[in-house]
Amino acid sequence: MLANYAPILIFLVVATGLGLVLLALGFALGGGQKDAEKLSPYECGFEAFEDTRMRFDVRYYLVAILFIIFDLEIAFLFPWAVSLDTIGLFGLVAMGIFLAVLIVGFIYEWRKGALEWD
Amino acid sequence: MIDLQLAAAEVFMVCAICVVLLVDVWLPDERRLLTFRLALLSLVGAAVCSAYYLPNGSVTAFSESFVTDPASAVMKIFAYLIVGLVFIYSRDFLMRAGLFKGEFFILALFALLGIMVMLSAHSMLTMYLGLELLALSQYALVAFDRDSPIAAESAMKYFVLGAIASGTLLYGISFIYGVTGTIQLGAIAAHFSQPGAITVPALLGLAFIIVGVAFKFGAVPFHMWLPDVYQGSSTPVTLFIGSVPKIAAFALAWRILSESLGDMHGSWQTMLAVLCVLSLVIGNIVAIAQSNIKRMLAYSTISHVGFIFMGFIAGTEDGLQAAMFYTLVYTLMAAAAFGMVILLSRSGFDAENLDDFKGLNARSPWFAFVMLMVMFSMAGVPPFVGFYAKLVVLGSVLDAGLIWLAITGVLLAVIGAFYYLRVVWFMYFVDPVDDSPLDAALDFRVVISANGLGLLALGLFPGVLLDLCARVIG
Repeated sequence: MLANYAPILIFLVVATGLGLVLLALGFALGGGQKDAEKLSPYECGFEAFEDTRMRFDVRYYLVAILFIIFDLEIAFLFPWAVSLDTIGLFGLVAMGIFLAVLIVGFIYEWRKGALEWD
Repeated sequence: MIDLQLAAAEVFMVCAICVVLLVDVWLPDERRLLTFRLALLSLVGAAVCSAYYLPNGSVTAFSESFVTDPASAVMKIFAYLIVGLVFIYSRDFLMRAGLFKGEFFILALFALLGIMVMLSAHSMLTMYLGLELLALSQYALVAFDRDSPIAAESAMKYFVLGAIASGTLLYGISFIYGVTGTIQLGAIAAHFSQPGAITVPALLGLAFIIVGVAFKFGAVPFHMWLPDVYQGSSTPVTLFIGSVPKIAAFALAWRILSESLGDMHGSWQTMLAVLCVLSLVIGNIVAIAQSNIKRMLAYSTISHVGFIFMGFIAGTEDGLQAAMFYTLVYTLMAAAAFGMVILLSRSGFDAENLDDFKGLNARSPWFAFVMLMVMFSMAGVPPFVGFYAKLVVLGSVLDAGLIWLAITGVLLAVIGAFYYLRVVWFMYFVDPVDDSPLDAALDFRVVISANGLGLLALGLFPGVLLDLCARVIG
């Protein structure tokens, strides 16, 4: 029973080990050029520490949501493409329906102007 | 192929929603009525599919994760009917408020699809899928009036609390899966019918599932979202949320508690009884203090949930039939009540306060009478159908030997009658605050009159719906 979980244990050991090794390598080989900008925490596009009640452009969220939808679509398409010769016509039709539903959503967001930045 | 036939109504609904969505994005604003007509047409089409592909018994499909039986078909057709009422009542209000957008109808149809999936769920995951489809559509519907801060606030509350409740339900499901090793409802029932199968982890899972079910029903102490959401949404959305999703909540309790965890009845009976008594007490007493009609109807919903729970508490076939009868009758009553609130609203003015009902008899005797029928039915006055709904539920509890519960129910129903009758008193014996005549489209007048008279007709001939419930469920 417990043996079934062995891969998870191996995964955890490898993940921890890899993380430690990468950190240690960076520490040992990285050299010593440290300045204020390099040491400050990095957050893409924003100040890392400021008032929490800041204004935030809602369009970022819209783009992020649209990105996730189509990103997931790709995530479904890869395993489907690899196994297409075993799932045959059924798989082709099923994916066709899935993509058709996504296209309906795509047309909707297009017509509503969600893809335009201004 | 047979699988797709069993899910014909759901498949049709998905296609219909896609068509409505695509037509709507190309329509100019002045031809938006076409969306409304197409939405009504998709309800008719779904009803035809549900009726035409109705199997004789209970047949499962898609690796036993989907089931079609007469009970679910009857409730689906009832749900189409109520959503149709919602659309007709909402149309003019939405136009006046500048909210007549295709998204209202599309989101409502998606929510209906979620309800249909829940009614036909035969695995925990199918149930959860339907529930989330329903819940997400509802969150968006509550926030539908984007310029209203109170709508945004209630949508946020609903979303956060709803997410916690969904998580709780899912956590409970994971315990049940851990104990039984299956998510398929029939297999879970088979597992718990063995002696000694009811263990502590299973009971823990059951408790979490009950919390999820109670939240979706809005039973005390998981009712906090209900008054705020009812009050904060624009009235057509309140009308939708206050009526059809109760059928979904019934489906959740029926499929999971009665069908798959039926053998744990001894364990969940007490839990539900506590929720039931609390809902009856808090719902009926707090409703008296409300001056906002939507909040009053929200607390009235909470008290009706107590009565629906009684049918489950009895745990018998009669009890289940009574709960189904009560749920269907309640959705009809709620649709008519919120329809009347919409009728009293005018452009730029929401009839939200009880005061707006003052002197309705002087303004329009017929609609005052319709509201009187609705209020009498909700209060449980014979010969209206609300009386028979309470009667069968109390009867099933008495048959199960829970005399104290029946007495509590009757006492609190009498207390509750006060605030329904207060509305009637306002309409007939108080001078109107505002004398302007009611204006509503002809179809609105005809449909709401039929809805009110339906409560009377079903009350005079309760056997029609009672026999139907008895034939299809149990």
